[in-house]
Amino acid sequence: MAGLTKDKFLFWLYTFFVLLILSFAIFAPWLAPYDPYDAVMRQSLQAPSGEHLFGTDKLGRDCLSRIIYGARTSLMMTLSLVAVITVVGTFIGVLAGYMGGKVDTVLMRIVDMMLAFPGIVLAIAIAGMLGGNIVNAILALAAVSWTKYARLGRSLTLKLRQRDFIAAAVTNGSRPLYILWRHILPNILPTIVVTAAMDIGTMIMELAGLSFLGFGAQPPTPEWGLMLNEGRQHIQTAPWLMLYPGTAILIVVTVFNLWGDSLRDIMDPQRVN
Amino acid sequence: MKRKELVHRLMQMVITLFGVSLLTFSLMYLSPGDPVEMLLEVADTIVSEETIAETRAQLGLDKPFHVQYFRWLTGVLQGDMGMSYSAKMPVADRLWQSLPGTLVLAASATVTMLLISVPCGILSAVYRNRPLDYFIRGISFLGVSMPSFWVGLILLYVLGLKLRLFPIAGGEVSFDRMVLPTLTLAIAMAAKYTRQVRTAVLEELGQEYITGARIRGFPMHKILWRHVLPNACLPLITLLGLQIGWLLGGVAVIEMVFSWPGLGKMAVHAIEMRDYPLVQGFVLWIAVLYMGINLLVDISYTYLDPRLKKGGC
Repeated sequence: MAGLTKDKFLFWLYTFFVLLILSFAIFAPWLAPYDPYDAVMRQSLQAPSGEHLFGTDKLGRDCLSRIIYGARTSLMMTLSLVAVITVVGTFIGVLAGYMGGKVDTVLMRIVDMMLAFPGIVLAIAIAGMLGGNIVNAILALAAVSWTKYARLGRSLTLKLRQRDFIAAAVTNGSRPLYILWRHILPNILPTIVVTAAMDIGTMIMELAGLSFLGFGAQPPTPEWGLMLNEGRQHIQTAPWLMLYPGTAILIVVTVFNLWGDSLRDIMDPQRVN
Repeated sequence: MKRKELVHRLMQMVITLFGVSLLTFSLMYLSPGDPVEMLLEVADTIVSEETIAETRAQLGLDKPFHVQYFRWLTGVLQGDMGMSYSAKMPVADRLWQSLPGTLVLAASATVTMLLISVPCGILSAVYRNRPLDYFIRGISFLGVSMPSFWVGLILLYVLGLKLRLFPIAGGEVSFDRMVLPTLTLAIAMAAKYTRQVRTAVLEELGQEYITGARIRGFPMHKILWRHVLPNACLPLITLLGLQIGWLLGGVAVIEMVFSWPGLGKMAVHAIEMRDYPLVQGFVLWIAVLYMGINLLVDISYTYLDPRLKKGGC
């Protein structure tokens, strides 16, 4: 039992950090010392000082404020992306698993096709072709990432379908949609949620990567990947422009990864290590 | 792998390529940018409506979707991938130009990654739950949480700008220009792969025959070389195939950071220029490369796993 309490403790500890990051995003207007869009050309490329803790960028905007607002952009993008792929992917997977037959074959062929291809390459192509903006970046990554959840949802559903309580529900005359909603979904949800939680960190990085290439958030939006891209040109004169946004990504991704792992550990104590 | 299976796999590859090309083609058709305007803008001349219409007709962009796609597809089947708008040369030639850069980088990154992660993974597994294990796991956890392009920028700053050990911007394919991008990619991949090596080795170490061998007094290094590694190697090769898939995408970002003349940098420029034939060719090539590598991985199983050689499975 000692191990269990340790897992729980870690989970709540990481949850606290996650909430801390979320509150940075939510309360950005109150926490940020300056307006993240406010360009003061006279204060361009200033090194970190008491006035500007993280320095200023080429347009004289306060870097700290932009990083705090960046948490907003990054988290909003990531959470909508994860929500979309989880819902769409699981829906398709469960449908394929439950219906079987032709629906299953066709859907799984599509999934196989997507899995037989490096997703990020396609995501870059899709985001670039649709035109660089936040929504298109989310769509592009969603288009290549939903397959994982479809696979998972399908295999979980297939396992459940053989169980007696499903057979009982069918015999009772429950309609398929009702069975899916009341019996299948609640049983597969924990696994799906854990998978989604563990995906958040990766998605933050992939979205930042698209923005870095110019296929995600566009200037003047405060976004970490984009800030790194802008800072890249001043790497020699203003290294702080690449140091802080990168560290922000590192911290947030680490926290979400740790949180996802600890969530898995408390949901499924047998799978630890 | 049996012949029938091989044929089946090849068929599946063809279907996948077809699907992927159809998907990218429809995206380009739907995409808001106009390649003709981009093309003529580059020429830096004032263009009339007629010129635009003429160029569009010349490139076949005024035709309906299925006609365009069919035309492209028959071209590809005959080995003609069309003309690149921006490079003003056949797409195939442009791809051949950029391929060596990416292949060299990918290969050196993979080798470096293996040199880092295999020893680290084994050490981590053998010294499980001791300080060394915690150290290696901690580092690899950090590595997984760092965006590769940021690692690249840091290396560029520290090793290139501050210590001046390596030239900072690419240009040509040469050894000293290759060190930083190689390291960047290797670090990103090694972080994941070290964990996978650790898991695979731990799994094998937990087997009863290992305990038997240890009880009989075999030294640990012998057990590792003779028993653990050959057995752990099979799942690791599959995972390596997947890593290389990631590499083909990750290389695009890293090539941008280091201005490395490879497929990834070419593709990003092609997308920015709305050079559709080139993007289409790039996606197709990456698909072929990736699926080819994974096919090789599966074929290698037949030789590495004696159970399959006997004609089972």
